[in-house]
Amino acid sequence: MRGKEFRQQTPPLEPVGTPKNGKMASEDTSVFRNRTDDTRGNPPPAVVTVGERFQIFFHREETVAYLMMFPIIVLVLGLLAYPFILAVAWSFTDKVIGLSGKFIDLNNFIQLSKSSIFRQTVQNAVIYCVVSVALKITLGIVMALALNQIGWFRSFLRGILLLPWVIPSALSCLVWLWMFNDMFGVLNYILRATGISEEGFLWLASPEMALTSVIIVNVWRGTPFFGIALLGGLQTIPEEVYEAAAIDGAGACRRFLHVTLPYLRSVLAVVTLFSTIWTFFDFEVVYIITRGGPMNSTHLFATLAYQTGLIAGRLGEAAAISLYLFPVLVVMIYLQLLYLHRAEA
Amino acid sequence: MWQVAGMNGWNRRAYSVMAYLVLVPFLLFNLFPFVWIALTSVKPNKDMYDAALSPFALPRITLEHFRFLFTKISVLVWLRNSVIVALGATGISLAVGILAGYSLARLRFRGSTWMATGVFVTYLVPPAMMFIPLAHVVRALGLGNSILALIVTYPTFLIPFCSWMLMGYFKTIPKEIEECAMIDGCGRIRTLVRIVLPVSLPGLVSAGIFAFTLSWNEFLYALTFIQSEASKTLPVGVVEQLVMGDVFFWGPLMAAALLGSLPVVIVYMFFQRYFVAGMTAGAVKG
Repeated sequence: MRGKEFRQQTPPLEPVGTPKNGKMASEDTSVFRNRTDDTRGNPPPAVVTVGERFQIFFHREETVAYLMMFPIIVLVLGLLAYPFILAVAWSFTDKVIGLSGKFIDLNNFIQLSKSSIFRQTVQNAVIYCVVSVALKITLGIVMALALNQIGWFRSFLRGILLLPWVIPSALSCLVWLWMFNDMFGVLNYILRATGISEEGFLWLASPEMALTSVIIVNVWRGTPFFGIALLGGLQTIPEEVYEAAAIDGAGACRRFLHVTLPYLRSVLAVVTLFSTIWTFFDFEVVYIITRGGPMNSTHLFATLAYQTGLIAGRLGEAAAISLYLFPVLVVMIYLQLLYLHRAEA
Repeated sequence: MWQVAGMNGWNRRAYSVMAYLVLVPFLLFNLFPFVWIALTSVKPNKDMYDAALSPFALPRITLEHFRFLFTKISVLVWLRNSVIVALGATGISLAVGILAGYSLARLRFRGSTWMATGVFVTYLVPPAMMFIPLAHVVRALGLGNSILALIVTYPTFLIPFCSWMLMGYFKTIPKEIEECAMIDGCGRIRTLVRIVLPVSLPGLVSAGIFAFTLSWNEFLYALTFIQSEASKTLPVGVVEQLVMGDVFFWGPLMAAALLGSLPVVIVYMFFQRYFVAGMTAGAVKG
């Protein structure tokens, strides 16, 4: 009720002679739309009492909006922006747990770029990310196409195929670790029983094999995400487009390349971006399955930062490790935003 | 997919059969670990480490692993912690997400597009980049070693998601409904609570289910911020307390994996549609 009364009084608030923002005014079908943009900087006429002004202030659309944004702003500033700045500051110091370090310029970054473990980590992260994401995209597209093609049990199959993505990855990594077991693991049993390998593989013993194993687990977990998200994209493609393509004589392959893929492009771009970030900064798979071993050869950024910062206590160096790739993240997010804006325009 | 109206029945059936055949290896690969969790959790140790016995064989079943979990290890405490953390973090995130999502979707204010972009960007910031300084902030707030630390920090990745998703959802609600309510004299907040939220229930359920699952599955923050056994969440408790050095007790570990996965699997089974909507919200609407 209050809002209504006050808004009926608002016309005098609008300064005479101020040109209306043409676009907004014409779009504005609501009688109650406030004219905050027009009144800004102009004191209300003297007839409005302090109480009314207070009321007006709290009913202004802009005020309401800021009040509603307040919690998220506090949270983002306090628990994301502040820690981030803290990390940046630490990365230029030799801070260890419990002591305030001294400023050492870019030394952390320089030392890291010379460290063989860190170089190995960069290489691992790139291989892990590129190979996993490529496999997840390919398998995800196949899974989505197949699911889109079937009639019976579609939603049931979709439901159970997504399970790897639903359960806690820490727990699913444990079962993979058990399956990778050299002696009693089921994977080696299958290899021996089918005669593929006499002794089975030492899944986690060599650096190459260990990296392959963690990639398998990541692909296992991530493919359903691609499959289901892409299935959502496939379902938005109108049937007529395929008909038209078929009438024009396009075969299955060409229909896929020239109809399906272009339609999937935007979903694929977003899903790939998310997955790239998650995969690049993955923690659980490596932490649980290899602990970064053998001999620190399978670390990713997160596990190396964990080991350096929280086990060894060298916070400055650990902060530098996690920030080393910040520029990469920024570029990826920027490209994404650019893409989205273009798609919207 | 390749299916086209006018294609003859045989062709159509052939594609369909092919699709089912393609799905078979996916089913085997995706579901085998689940079979393995279940099988191991009820298999006696004697049979598990018997080289002469096929690992697929299950000559007898036992509940000793579950008994071990409930009597020797504080699994129930971890389960309780996980439930409290997931519900608390989801509740906070939904509340904050509703407010932010609504004002970004509906209200006009300076900096709104800028803030919407900001929400999307924070949504993409990986926890792996934040956990080291956040551990310090949490300790400075006096929350170290308490599950409150998790209830406060999980919203950092849940709120951007909830706001982003709900913003998309609110935008699809016709403005006219709200305008009618306001003509009838409802204020902004009352319109939001009485009109917008009931209409948005599916979106709220999606965001809530998804946030719950993400909190339940979170590992890194829970590992980093909490050292005392009594405050651990289930995934961390299992990984940290049940693995002693290099000794893995596979029976209890798999029994615990089963227990820790069941709640999310059950929630997921009942709300599958909403879960998938939540998952693809970022991807499709993005």
